[in-house]
Amino acid sequence: MSENARHPSNGDFGPDLGEVFGPSHADGGPELVQLLTPEGERVEHPDFTLDLGDDEDGAIRGFYRDMVLTRRIDTEATALQRHGELGIWAQLLGQEAAQIGSGRALRPQDFVFPTYREHGVAYCRDVDPLRLLGLFRGVDQGGWDPNEGNFGLYTIVIGAQTLHAVGYAMGMQRDGVVGTGDPDRDAAVVAYFGDGASSQGDVNESFIFAASYNAPVVFFCQNNQWAISEPIERQSRIPLYQRALGFGFPGVRVDGNDVLACYAVTQAALRRAREGSGPTFVEAYTYRMGAHTTTDDPTRYRLSSDLEHWKLKDPIARLKAYLTRNGVADEDFFAGVEEEAEKLGEHLREGCKALPEPSPLSIFDQVYVDQTPELAAQKVGFAAYLDSFEGAH
Amino acid sequence: MPRITLAKGLNAGLRAAMEADPKVLIMGEDVGKLGGVFRITDGLQKDFGEDRVVDTPLAESGILGTAIGLAMRGYRPVCEIQFDGFVYPAYDQIVSQVAKIHFRSQGRIRMPMVIRIPFGGGIGAVEHHSESPEAQFAHTAGLKVVACSNPIDGYWMIQQAIESDDPIVFFEPKRQYHADKAELDETVQPEPLFTSRVVREGDDLTLLSYGPMVKTCLQSAEAAAGEGHSIEVIDLRTLSPLDMDPVHASVRKTGRAVVAHEATVNLGMGSEVAARITEECFYALEAPVLRVGGFDTPYPPSRIEEDYLPDLDRVLDAVDRSLAY
Repeated sequence: MSENARHPSNGDFGPDLGEVFGPSHADGGPELVQLLTPEGERVEHPDFTLDLGDDEDGAIRGFYRDMVLTRRIDTEATALQRHGELGIWAQLLGQEAAQIGSGRALRPQDFVFPTYREHGVAYCRDVDPLRLLGLFRGVDQGGWDPNEGNFGLYTIVIGAQTLHAVGYAMGMQRDGVVGTGDPDRDAAVVAYFGDGASSQGDVNESFIFAASYNAPVVFFCQNNQWAISEPIERQSRIPLYQRALGFGFPGVRVDGNDVLACYAVTQAALRRAREGSGPTFVEAYTYRMGAHTTTDDPTRYRLSSDLEHWKLKDPIARLKAYLTRNGVADEDFFAGVEEEAEKLGEHLREGCKALPEPSPLSIFDQVYVDQTPELAAQKVGFAAYLDSFEGAH
Repeated sequence: MPRITLAKGLNAGLRAAMEADPKVLIMGEDVGKLGGVFRITDGLQKDFGEDRVVDTPLAESGILGTAIGLAMRGYRPVCEIQFDGFVYPAYDQIVSQVAKIHFRSQGRIRMPMVIRIPFGGGIGAVEHHSESPEAQFAHTAGLKVVACSNPIDGYWMIQQAIESDDPIVFFEPKRQYHADKAELDETVQPEPLFTSRVVREGDDLTLLSYGPMVKTCLQSAEAAAGEGHSIEVIDLRTLSPLDMDPVHASVRKTGRAVVAHEATVNLGMGSEVAARITEECFYALEAPVLRVGGFDTPYPPSRIEEDYLPDLDRVLDAVDRSLAY
């Protein structure tokens, strides 16, 4: 099939979409919000300024530490899967800036609806990464309390959580915690999803509901270019952030490998949501440097030269270059972070193997709030069956 | 005492639930100003406001998905699916999310939600407006499924369902909405929600049903009485969990059972009921448990729907076959 056959011209209906909107890919395009170049140079943007409070240097050092620890969670978990300790792991390599930048823009009263790859955001919400491993080890299906750190359960069905996020935001509106003018009270929701999810009906319905009710939600899309093997061109003919306009709210594309820009843009979008101005679409333009999960083999569908190209934009390397060049951090700092990462790795390696195995009889316990007589009887029957084996006790 | 239709009973029940608990919300297509296409939510938006009776965009998955978020935030959404055949766009949110979130979160998140679905045929509608998908939800662990059959049950059961901390799929027989009236005596305490009920006593055979078929079964029992057969009729009311104790007690007495529903027979509720009766009452049975239902076809065009729907004669035919064993 020729290129023209796949992408027919618009005939009498106007110019080609690609000319109006720009292509869906190609290094982010001119609209990309960036505050730190891939070489680690600070640049300014007319619409988004970095507001890190009184100790800007300290906050930026904090971002570096967060990203290094997040990457360590990812590499340790990947290794644990290779050693047979996890059934599978969804890698985030390359997406640390998008997750830490957005995650650190949250306030305690905000609520997060993650996919299954938001390990960095989980870290920002003080979820012990061991709890994340529990799901991938198969000892539970989410071992953290969503109401403790306001961090929802990982959602495997692609895009389903975006609707939950909008509903939760509608609840915030009804609870009177939107647009009160009190920064410690006003709250918002962040719905995380990816480029693949942007094709899902639920995601599009969530845009409709959010726009219709002006819900305080930030749609944070990490466009990592790949939905397993399907490239972004298969999901969209236009840059994803421009879809927001069609739903009636603003969209912005931010350099997803620039932690400073991700922070600034998410902070602005959250501020908008909390003050009652409605939803925003943030497209964090990034790249999945690892596989989709540990069962995936990206060499079957993408060029290694692409990966090499994106390695030059590595979110951690560029921030380290900035910190070093500007004397914001010294060798002691980097060594300290490395030491912390080592300790975190040890915590994960030892803790993973020590995660308690679920009891077979626990299957029956949380299906309902009010246990049904049928299920209670099944539990009794299964317990008796297990007891019937020799040496059961 | 007021005489009310099923539609009025449900409407009054919803109103009572909203008055009792400010966290109760109604969501759905056309439920506000219009009062729902069947007028079940008539007048509620006027009295409780647009934040509590929410006219939604026309997207069933969106209704259920946002209701999940509202439930997580502490609300008790009552979602109206306009017609049975329109529930499928929301099927994933119901089956993969609503049903599993309490289990997946190890009990940390509750889903106190009611999903109201008008079901069944007999109203001369176009396709997708007359279906009976109850078994698909009863088959899903984590959901509870009930079906009301009369105005008084409608009034009480909807309130009990809203009070439940578990998600409930609530089936309403749409052809009964504006049909028979019954006297509502609020001083009579309702039975618990998850119970079946003997609605006519008899000795020769147990006729089991729920929703729109209860009326048909009562008429069949009346007709059979004229032929000298004493039929016991049970309204199952709860489809998941099933309340089988009264059913087993009845079958031990009569030795025969027929299950009737509008849904297709293959893997319908009748199959499960028949299997359980056989397991529990094997030595009491004088005949195999028979099932009467819709054929294993899509719901037909309305001009022949009366041929598809099990009516008094089809029920009696099964009764006769059982008695002939």
